[in-house]
Order: sequence, then C-alpha cells, then structure tokens
Amino acid sequence: MNDVALKRGRFDLDVVADLVEPGSRVLDVGCGDGGLMELLSTRKGVDARGIELSQTGVNECVARGLSVIQGDADADLSGYLDDSFDYVILSQTLQATHDPKTVLQNLLRIGSRAIISFPNFGHWRMRRQLLLEGRMPITPHLPEPWYATPNIHFCTIRDFVTLCEELDATVIEAMALNGTGGRIPINAPWWFWNLFGEQAVFLLRR
Amino acid sequence: MTHLPDHDDAVASARLREVDSPSSPVEYFGPDQPLALDAGSALAPWQIAYTTHGTLNADRSNAVLVCHALTGDQYAASTHPITGKRGWWSMMVGPGRPIDTDRFFVICANVIGGCAGTTGPASVDPDTGKRYGLRLPLVTIADMVRAQAMLIDRLGIDMLFAVVGGSMGGMQVLEWAASYPDRVFAALPIAAGARHSSQNIAFHEVGRQAIMADPAWQGGRYLEGGAIPKKGLSVARMAAHITYVSEPALHSKFGRNLQDREAITYGFDADFQIESYLRHQGSTFVDRFDANSYLYVTRAMDYFDMAADHGGLLANAFRRSPTRFCVISFTSDWLFPTKESRAVVHALNAAGANVSFVEIESDRGHDSFLLDEPELFRVTRGFLTGAASVRGIDPPAPVPA
Repeated sequence: MNDVALKRGRFDLDVVADLVEPGSRVLDVGCGDGGLMELLSTRKGVDARGIELSQTGVNECVARGLSVIQGDADADLSGYLDDSFDYVILSQTLQATHDPKTVLQNLLRIGSRAIISFPNFGHWRMRRQLLLEGRMPITPHLPEPWYATPNIHFCTIRDFVTLCEELDATVIEAMALNGTGGRIPINAPWWFWNLFGEQAVFLLRR
Repeated sequence: MTHLPDHDDAVASARLREVDSPSSPVEYFGPDQPLALDAGSALAPWQIAYTTHGTLNADRSNAVLVCHALTGDQYAASTHPITGKRGWWSMMVGPGRPIDTDRFFVICANVIGGCAGTTGPASVDPDTGKRYGLRLPLVTIADMVRAQAMLIDRLGIDMLFAVVGGSMGGMQVLEWAASYPDRVFAALPIAAGARHSSQNIAFHEVGRQAIMADPAWQGGRYLEGGAIPKKGLSVARMAAHITYVSEPALHSKFGRNLQDREAITYGFDADFQIESYLRHQGSTFVDRFDANSYLYVTRAMDYFDMAADHGGLLANAFRRSPTRFCVISFTSDWLFPTKESRAVVHALNAAGANVSFVEIESDRGHDSFLLDEPELFRVTRGFLTGAASVRGIDPPAPVPA
C-alpha cells in the first residue's frame, strides 16, 4: 500500500492501477483527491480525467494540475461519447449510486473497458452481524449506520456477476481482496470469494 | 457627487486622448488590413491598444492572453492612466502571481468597440473626420477575438499558451478556443457562459435605454459637441452594478444603514448607504467610460450564442478541440450562474475535450472573479502550472539565496 492510497483511505488503488495499460486514456469516476489519477499518470503515462462529487476534492485535484470536473456517476455520464476512453474506473462508488445498472451500462459504453471495485456485502463478517445480531453490518470500511450511509445499493460479488451477465458484459478479470488489500487465491471458487472477499475488483468489457 | 465643469472638461479631454493615442502600446492596421466584422462590413483602418508584462521566451510558447470584461481595459496589471488606480487584475497577474509574469508573457488588449485606445464608437471615422458614434458597425465577441488574433499575429506568436478571462472575458476565451483551436493550448473561462441569457439581455437593455433616454446622448452624436450623457451612463452603471454583487454581500456590507445621517429625511436624497454607494459607482464610471462604447459592448455580449453559431449544438463548437480547459464559476454568481458553466462543461465533455470544472464557494457574486478569492488564485495557479509543464514552459528561475 502506498502513501497515496493511504491518504485516500482506499486500499484497492494499486490493484486497480495494475489493470490499466500504460499510455491509455482513463476516466476515473469518483476520483476523490485524484490519488489514483496521479498514480496512473506518473507511473503509467496515462491521460487521466476525473469526475468527483465533492467540490473540495475537485478543487484540490485541479489545483494539483489534474483534469477533473464536479459531477456524479448518475447525472453526468450520459454526456460522454461512446468509446471515448480506454478505461472507465468506478472505484468504491457503485453502491452509492441511485441507478447502478444504468451507471454500469454507461461505463461500458464510454470505455472500451470498465474497472469496477466495490465492497462485498456477502463477506462473512457482514453475514454474521446480520444473522447473529440482527443488525445492519458496520465494518471498519463501511463505518456509517444504516441511516447515515451514502451506500444505498449494496451487492455481493455473486450479485454483481449476475448483473454483468444480464448486461452481457464480459468479465476479463476478477479478484477478491481481503481487508488489507491482499488478493484472495485466484483459484478459489466463487463461494469462497463471496464469503471471504471484503472488496472485489472487476475488469469488464462489453 | 458633483463635478466642477472644468473637472469634467479635463476628464473628457483626457479620455479622448486615450481613445486616439493611448498611454499603452498600440498596433495600427492600415486600409489594406481590414478587420472583417460579423455585421457584414469591414473596419479599416483600425487600431488595437494593449499592454504586455513579462518576457516572450525563445520558442514563443509562453504567451498568455488576458481578456477583459465589459467595462475593463488593457490595464490588467498596470496603473490606469485616467483613474490612477492599479490594474483591475493586479492580484491575479504579476510576478509570482497565479498568472505569473516571471514565467509567462502576458498580453491584454482593449476590445474592439471599447474606449481605451482600440477602435470604437469614440474613435475618429477617417471617412468623415468626425467621431464614429453610431456610424460604427455593431461588433460581436467573435469580432473582438478576430482583432486580438491579428494583434497576436503582429506580435509574431503562433500559439497562445493560455487565454484567460472573466465574464465577457470568459466569452472571448470560449470564442478563441472555438475559432482558433490550434492556437490555444489552455483556456480558462471564469464566471462566464456560452451565451447571454434572457435575463442578462434584459439588464443590458435597461442600461442602454437609460443612456439613450438622456437628452445629452443626442442620438449618439454627443462627442461632436455638447455635454456627455453622464446621467444616463451613470444610471446604466448603477443598475448593472447590482447584478455584479449578491444580495447577502449587499446586505452584510450596507444593510439598511443610513448615509451620514441619524434618521430618514422623507425625501429623495441618498438616505441609505447603498444608494450613496451606487451613485458613487455611477459617477466615477462616467469619468473613464464612453456611453456609446457601453451600448456597443453590451450588445456584443447580448448577441453571443455559441450553440446558435454551431448548428444549435454547443458541443459542435469544440469538436476535436486539442485545448485543455478549466471552467470556473462562483456559487453566488446569479449573472452567470454555475449552470451556464456546467452547460459549457457538458458540451466540452461531449466533444471529448480535456476539461476541468471548479465551482468556487463565494458570497460576493459575479464580481468574485475580480476580488481577493484565494481559491480562485489557487485553482488558476494549479491549472496553469500543470498545463505549462505539459507545454514545456520553464518554471521561473529560483530566486538566488
């Protein structure tokens, strides 16, 4: 885990960055303070653009010389042209969108490939809290109670795979990460990922 | 505030001197170098007055064009010859400032139709020997930009590193990027839009009617003899000034405070501070601005509609644009509200352009772009610095320890 990822509090940045080909055009939807964009442009010579909901995040990015606009995944993706990017990245944001299906369709339309990372609601700790305590799960990575969380559309890894099938999207690569960003063995079966993956990262194409 | 007649005469003649041969550098274009106008005719001969700050680098890649707003002038970073006030953007432009004259060669030109040394309605019509008045053809934002492009040619600059401006200056920035995409590396339109709204046209019309209702205006021929329409121009400025500030800012600055008195007077004097303030804004404005110029330049803004100029689709104006954009708006600007900037951003996105968009929190309304707004300076500096390193412009030499 590097400093940028630490600062942003997201441990999937390195994993996501590894999926991107050098020199490509990338749109980072929900780019935060631009950590991933900076990582991609310095490490991989990527032409990176961002969309960020928080005005503070946007101003911070632009003041650092990054190309970022204020907007959100639900409202502002429709204006982008088909195939205008090599990759569209939606990191830790899908579960906070109003219409995840349309958002995913837009990602696949705008980018030749889409990289999506999200928290897995099927993780055993979540299941335990719901099953044994009868309470909506609260974890270090999802710390807000149900009434304050921006995350309104939780899914499990299995649910996400089903949505990909429904949208006819091809999964090029998929991985599950544990709580510290380490990869869960690649040859483990889906049910194992769905139980032990705290985060999932998918590389998709139409 | 009342002026003595000899003050008026002195100011009037100083202003006309600045129209004819300004204190700043001027480029002259002869009968063989006409300026084509959207209205259909061409202007020749004509002249354009400008200032420069900083040094043009060896590969001529560090030029920044600053475009001024409705009542601005070329004195963005230098003292105004009539008012003696420091440049209208001296917080933004200068050594070590966000538009850093230690790094960039900054050019600022008076717009066509203006009254600070570039040809406008107060200039002398060579055909008649009299001042143009309303005989000058109407000008547009695109005409202003075309005139600037001819100046840039004259200065031997192929590509501008950046074009920057607020309000009407931002309109010129957008027009530059649309008309000369290969000549603009970076574009920074601030508190602007791709069209003038119905409400904006309405306010301008009030201002123009105030000028034209002043008997001294004489159908625009006041410079051929007699008084200038200062009442009308002053009222126009007062009305416009209200649109440049926000209600909360007015309230916190003036509230219902009374001006130099303990109680209301049951009369029409300036009882309230806000009245006194507006009257002052109006009366100082007439010292430095020409009434006919006000008509022409407001009209140029009214006619501005980039989508209409590009088949009804704003994105068409920026197709395949190589320029990198940074669009800035202010939360309390109700003259060019954020949604106007956002429309530009959406069009730029749809055109596949490289665009950043920042909305800055400020309660000072449209005029925020002229004021001490640290976030504006920070974003401007960040955007230009990022773009300059891509363009390969050397950072300013470090100060020796």
